[in-house]
Amino acid sequence: MTTEFEAVERARDEALARVGGAVTFAELATVETEVLGRRSVIVEMRKALGGLDAQARRSVGQLLNAAMSAVGDAVVLRRSAIEAVERAGQLEAERLDLTEFSPQRRRGHLHPFTAAWERLEDVFVGMGFQVAEGPEIETEWFNFGALNFPAGHPARESQDSLWVDWGEPGHTLLRTHTSPVQVRTMLAQEPPIYVVCPGRVFRQDTPDATHMPVFHQIEGLVIDRGISVGDLAGTLDSFVKAFFGGEFSSRLRPSYFPFTEPSAEFDVRRPDGSWLELGGCGMVHPNVLRAGGIDPEQWSGFAFGFGIDRFALTRHGVEDLREFWSGDVRFLSQF
Amino acid sequence: MKVLLSWLREFAPIEGDPHWLADQLSALGLAVESVEVLGANLEGVVVAKVLATRPHPQADRIQLVDVDRGDGESLQVCCGAFNMAPGDLVPLATLGTTMANGMLIERRKLRGEWSNGMLCAAREIGLTDAADGILILPSGLEVGADFAAAMGIETDVLYDLDVTGNRPDALCVAGVARDLAAWLGVVFTMIDPVAAADASWQGSDEAAVQILNGDLCGRFAARVLRDVAVGPSPRWLAQRLTAMGMRPINNVVDASNYVMLELGQPSHTFDLGRVAGRTITVRWAGEGETVQTLDGQLRYLSGRDGAICDGDGTVIGIAGVMGGASTEISPTTTEVLLEMAWWDPMSIARTARRLGLRSEASTRFERGTDPEIIDVAMRRFVQLLRESSPVRLASGEIVAQGNLPEAATVAVRTDRVNAMLGVALSRDAIAALLAPIGFSSQAVGEDLEVRVPSFRMVDTTSEIDVIEEVGRHYGFERIPKTVPRPTAQAGALSALQWDRRRMRHALVGFGLTEVMPLPFLAPGDLARAGLPADAVRVTNPLVEAESVMRTSLLPGVLKTLAFNASHRNPDLACFEIGHVFLPTDRSAPLPDEREQLGVAIAGAASPAAIEVWQVIADVLGVGQWRLRADAPAGMHPTRSAYIELAGTILGAVGEVDPAVAASYGVERRIAWLQVDLTALLASPHGSGAYRKVSRYPSSDVDLAFVVVESVPAAAVAAALHDAAGELLVDLALFDVYRGDRVPSGSRSLAYRLRFQAGDRTLTDTEVAAARTRCIEAITRDLGAALRS
Repeated sequence: MTTEFEAVERARDEALARVGGAVTFAELATVETEVLGRRSVIVEMRKALGGLDAQARRSVGQLLNAAMSAVGDAVVLRRSAIEAVERAGQLEAERLDLTEFSPQRRRGHLHPFTAAWERLEDVFVGMGFQVAEGPEIETEWFNFGALNFPAGHPARESQDSLWVDWGEPGHTLLRTHTSPVQVRTMLAQEPPIYVVCPGRVFRQDTPDATHMPVFHQIEGLVIDRGISVGDLAGTLDSFVKAFFGGEFSSRLRPSYFPFTEPSAEFDVRRPDGSWLELGGCGMVHPNVLRAGGIDPEQWSGFAFGFGIDRFALTRHGVEDLREFWSGDVRFLSQF
Repeated sequence: MKVLLSWLREFAPIEGDPHWLADQLSALGLAVESVEVLGANLEGVVVAKVLATRPHPQADRIQLVDVDRGDGESLQVCCGAFNMAPGDLVPLATLGTTMANGMLIERRKLRGEWSNGMLCAAREIGLTDAADGILILPSGLEVGADFAAAMGIETDVLYDLDVTGNRPDALCVAGVARDLAAWLGVVFTMIDPVAAADASWQGSDEAAVQILNGDLCGRFAARVLRDVAVGPSPRWLAQRLTAMGMRPINNVVDASNYVMLELGQPSHTFDLGRVAGRTITVRWAGEGETVQTLDGQLRYLSGRDGAICDGDGTVIGIAGVMGGASTEISPTTTEVLLEMAWWDPMSIARTARRLGLRSEASTRFERGTDPEIIDVAMRRFVQLLRESSPVRLASGEIVAQGNLPEAATVAVRTDRVNAMLGVALSRDAIAALLAPIGFSSQAVGEDLEVRVPSFRMVDTTSEIDVIEEVGRHYGFERIPKTVPRPTAQAGALSALQWDRRRMRHALVGFGLTEVMPLPFLAPGDLARAGLPADAVRVTNPLVEAESVMRTSLLPGVLKTLAFNASHRNPDLACFEIGHVFLPTDRSAPLPDEREQLGVAIAGAASPAAIEVWQVIADVLGVGQWRLRADAPAGMHPTRSAYIELAGTILGAVGEVDPAVAASYGVERRIAWLQVDLTALLASPHGSGAYRKVSRYPSSDVDLAFVVVESVPAAAVAAALHDAAGELLVDLALFDVYRGDRVPSGSRSLAYRLRFQAGDRTLTDTEVAAARTRCIEAITRDLGAALRS
């Protein structure tokens, strides 16, 4: 019996040693066959169990089972160890220095004016407005006449406007505001009307740090039953809080525009208490409603407008408005 | 418009912190541009007596002045002015004084000599005196006395107001005071100047006035003055004018200006002895009539200018704009005709603009003056002039009357006021807000009949004008804020706006940067870009180089590429979305204005542009578009194509003509895509139709054909599509080969066709049949050979 026990232990130890010595999957596979395969010492020993008496058969058999199981476990363990080494080697071989790469293809850049424009649209859409657009070259009637600019009004005759060679002289111009879109909307649509009109407008301004002959503005028009100055003030206040933040507020100061009455300037109060003059607004003048085919006794409305470009200017701290028009990619790629 | 607080207080007891008052003015719509505190920082300035003046041993531009500051001792001060003499009294800023500009007066050495203080010029101590040099004080002041106390100087506040076009009343001190007093709830009192006239002497015996054109002049009033001694104005008056930004001239001119600033009524004075026939006639000028104005210029008049003429009919002044030289007051004048008138605002605006002669007077006439103030203003003028000159005043105004508009009486509905403002005021509360600013009301049932005051008759003619006044004086800030909500619509972008946005963001994600060149081009830019030169032109451009409205985005984008190339960024990939203006039909009310997309990739060939187009078509779901090789204007003649959808040209893709690129200074290939967004977004797209993903395996078939160059790949692809039938789910051109192994003039086009059915696994026979159909179609219809 002792001899059999010793033989089993010797075979087991030898098998474990061989498993432990395998360093590749191929070696391990060979060793596994040799130590646990049909021709292996341990399996041969099991086959020989039949020649032993019952008691010895049982006890040697148990020992053999334990040995097989130990060798089997050792193979599994060894396989994971080899796997880990192989994986580590493979990973090492794949090592990349990520800081070597500076991809040539970069993302494109939205123009900062567009970004401001879209955000303004989104805020007003959230407040229930739709967005209206119109031509940049307009007739004198849409730009001035329908907007209650009296004949001979300085703005109408002055050189502030850029006129074009279309139709009669003094008939067609580059729109000086997006208000013509308000008129077009009134003529095209029955009230109630809730629209904003963003767009490009033109003045005869020599370019400098704060002026361009071309700029963008957004105007709003609301026409409904019983619209009041209170509605105007409340709408602008909601807008200011949504666009700038809840800690901002607004105020109206009486002013004068031909197309609204009462007219007001609206200012935004920053959290530090300082004021930003944002734009003009007021109740749509009855003459403008009539020009838009709307009965001022049935409907009332308000309008407001302000520049878009200045938002981009102040938001990014740009000092010169002309930068935005330069097309310089060193500037544009910062946004 | 500038106003002094002290002057406002002559009309109403206005109290309060100067900056708080500025906020009140702004709340009334009289936007305060600046607040300047005058006469402040006089603490430490004393009256000193000049004892001696001595040259500075080291400097020519400064002298040494010994002064007595009240302690009987001699104090040495360095001074850069030389206008004082021993015995003069001067203001001395003593050591430790902080001047208005923040400078601290300290003992210091100037070129080796000690200076123990500073002698002050008028401007340095907040006074407005036209004279240069150190302010010489009136003799008799106590030496050493506090300067401000000795001079009776009180601090004052100067407001600069931005008065809007609808507020003619606020172009004078009295008008601003009236508005502010009403807002503050204090009493406004109009002045009532005393100007005693010589009862035995009638003005109408001395001179006559006549209005020939009533549409030009509503009222023309004059008074006759004698024994006027032209000389300097009283100091207080001159100082006020200076503070208001006007230069004192002499007592007659100054009184005229003072009255204009105070009451808003401009006036003119004639040397009556030089007015032929002692008669003034007002009429429209004849075309080409001339007059030499006060500034010495000869002015040519038009038939739409107002003329002031003498008894002979000779023009002696331009109505409301500028007087003539021939009847100007001079030191020898003894007989003065003082004139005040109400002119038609539009006429004055027109003439002042045409002649480039806008003045304080014409500005007031343009907005509409108050015809009822003329009598007060006349008396005020005489009262002021009498402070510096004897004046004999003839009795009675000499008046001619033209077509003076009448101030309106406006029906104002209480409900309407409340509806427009969003408030709940009673009829009487409305009347109470209007009364202090001169609008008198009469109750008519629940509503009011409001009489507009004469000083608002030009700008206030309708109910809404009156409602604005109610709102202003109720206070916009007190109106409760409410938010109306649209009930009949949801806020949303239109389909077009939404598509445009998705496209724009897809382009940015694809690596393209949005640019915004100016939409103006220079003459020649279009031709240089190979485009037709016909365009809409600006008739009054800022500069000639910005006088042409673009008909394409190409020139502007090329300029952008050239700019960046010259700044070492030659490989710009950019896009622009903007309007172009096509002069298609000059009889149409407006040019054909379209929104265009332009995409340029510098340093890339046409496939890069096609790739961008495919991204757009994919994002927007544009279906059966095709490319038709052509040479669109400005583009590479052999590397460009039109993009067509159902027979409509949506745009063009390819490369910029190298000659065009070179003429803009770009030496690289430029992949170029232009899309007419107006056409694209109006065409059917984005149906969103979905094809169920098949659960059955697909089969790929690779086919390569040798095709002559004249057959476009698009034709091969179309033929494959047709031949392959419904089982074709994908078709890709994966290789193009030109070289030794194909005949010259042909190239090999290799396609991968993927076949799949939604309901079964395809049999080999089915796939083989499709393959055969494809080969037959291409070889038969396009003369191509299957490449083995």
